[in-house]
Amino acid sequence: MHPAYSVIFFTTASGAGYGLIFLMALFGALDGVPADPWFGAVGLGLGALLITSGLLSSTAHLGHPERAWRAYSQWKSSWLSREGVLATATYVPLVLTAWGWVIAKSLDGKFAFIAAVLAMMCLLTVHSTGMIYATLRTISAWHNKLTVPGYLCFALLSGAAWFHALAQVFGYQTPEVALVVIIALFLSFYIKRKYWRSIDTQPGPATPESATGLGDLGKVRLLDPPTMTENFVQREMGFSIARKHTHKLRRICFFTYFLIPIVLTGLTSSAQPWLAIPGTLIAAISVSVGVVVERWLFFAEAKHVSMLYYGAETS
Amino acid sequence: MTLLPPRVQPGNAQLGLVIDLDTCVGCHACAVNCKEWNTGGHSAPLPDHDPYGADPNGVWFNRIHTFEAGEGTASRTVHFPRSCLHCEDAACVSVCPTGASYKREEDGIVLVNEDACIGCKLCSWACPYGAREYDTDAGVMKKCTLCIDRIYNENLAEEDRVPACVSTCPASARHFGDLNDPDSEVSQLVSERGGKELMPELGYKPVNRYLPPRAAKKEQGPSGVGASLPPLADLAPDGDSRFLRWVDRVLSR
Repeated sequence: MHPAYSVIFFTTASGAGYGLIFLMALFGALDGVPADPWFGAVGLGLGALLITSGLLSSTAHLGHPERAWRAYSQWKSSWLSREGVLATATYVPLVLTAWGWVIAKSLDGKFAFIAAVLAMMCLLTVHSTGMIYATLRTISAWHNKLTVPGYLCFALLSGAAWFHALAQVFGYQTPEVALVVIIALFLSFYIKRKYWRSIDTQPGPATPESATGLGDLGKVRLLDPPTMTENFVQREMGFSIARKHTHKLRRICFFTYFLIPIVLTGLTSSAQPWLAIPGTLIAAISVSVGVVVERWLFFAEAKHVSMLYYGAETS
Repeated sequence: MTLLPPRVQPGNAQLGLVIDLDTCVGCHACAVNCKEWNTGGHSAPLPDHDPYGADPNGVWFNRIHTFEAGEGTASRTVHFPRSCLHCEDAACVSVCPTGASYKREEDGIVLVNEDACIGCKLCSWACPYGAREYDTDAGVMKKCTLCIDRIYNENLAEEDRVPACVSTCPASARHFGDLNDPDSEVSQLVSERGGKELMPELGYKPVNRYLPPRAAKKEQGPSGVGASLPPLADLAPDGDSRFLRWVDRVLSR
């Protein structure tokens, strides 16, 4: 599948944003971090910036961005529509939580409840993003039971890495936050490894024989394509650059989202601020780079079943 | 709502195409006439960039692929026209976030409302048959309309109220009709010839059917001569001519 940069930026930036807001809300409601208004403003503000810029960039690949509001209408049937509705609705508890944390200076009682709702909404939004891909039977690498856990996990990981760095910047060295980062790192490592193994071994959903209905005659292969130049379907679904470099890119991914951050987090999270702040910041940046490569691979590695009509031997 | 219409009822039509892969000669006339009609029809205009240049590209609703099936002397060259199959469980419809993609309850035709399409392309990802093509000029998705502007068009003579591809096929390899009516001509063809559903394992229940090539004949006509002739080089020289036998002997040395 052709990796559109706007969609990659959207899913990774908004994933990090929802992950960060999720943890801010959770730790805020459970008194896991001090109720410092500045910390709340910067944390929730950064999260809001990430999800808003992600959402705006997702409209950049549309043919008619001015009609994007129409996407709120089909929540009964379309996961893309549900994602739009949930993403927008999340701003309500986000604003209320920010109000409680920064202005009312209280995250108790009803504000704790709102923060819990906010955390829930973040989870649901990322879940619906993953479902857009997981429900496409035409792309076996996405129609995989690890697609949604992958999206949730990488959102949590990138959110946690930035949450950790931010907490260090504000001088809060809470071992619970570092622990969340470590758990998210191992979880993402485990899920991605399992995902890659799964897509490398699972058979495609269809064959050239079933795609043409000519299986009774024997093996089917393309003799002549419809045109000598590539059409929309071939350009959009027939992307194959990444498959050539799969192993190299997966290694880059492993180093940036897992190995570098786990070493830095382990070594610096309880060190002096002059070491802890740059250490956790670099870990967060490394995670973000790794997640972008991961997302690029998620698109570029995925094969679309329609390519069987253009000479693909497997789907 | 891009919810699919409820299960097809016996009275509701499921209009579609039945394509005979035995008689299709791969001339691409159906694709050309499709482009010709539809660039002035319901989804007009269809982009047509650099048509005579090095990289011609644009939207086509119908494309002809040529496959080879089987091995050795038993293999067949099969021309394979491919267009929207107007699926019963059309995933392109249910993924649409705006309701622009829809399936008509009365005749099963899958259409795009171009005024509501935001051009997100998700429907093209959901289609296993590669039937939807994005119009970069208009910023909306386009697809086969089953010539909705012909089949109900009272300004056309009744015999012309069929999709453009069907009307133009010189080999009569394309048939149009109601596949939900077991007595229709197309349904009869499907049951007689064992019409195939494409990629049934994906579960989208395509309406269009493909008639497989007929089995190769073992014997030809009433004379009973073999369907494939022995290679000419192995034939004995003409027994009636002593001269030719002499030539053959000389040349065979």
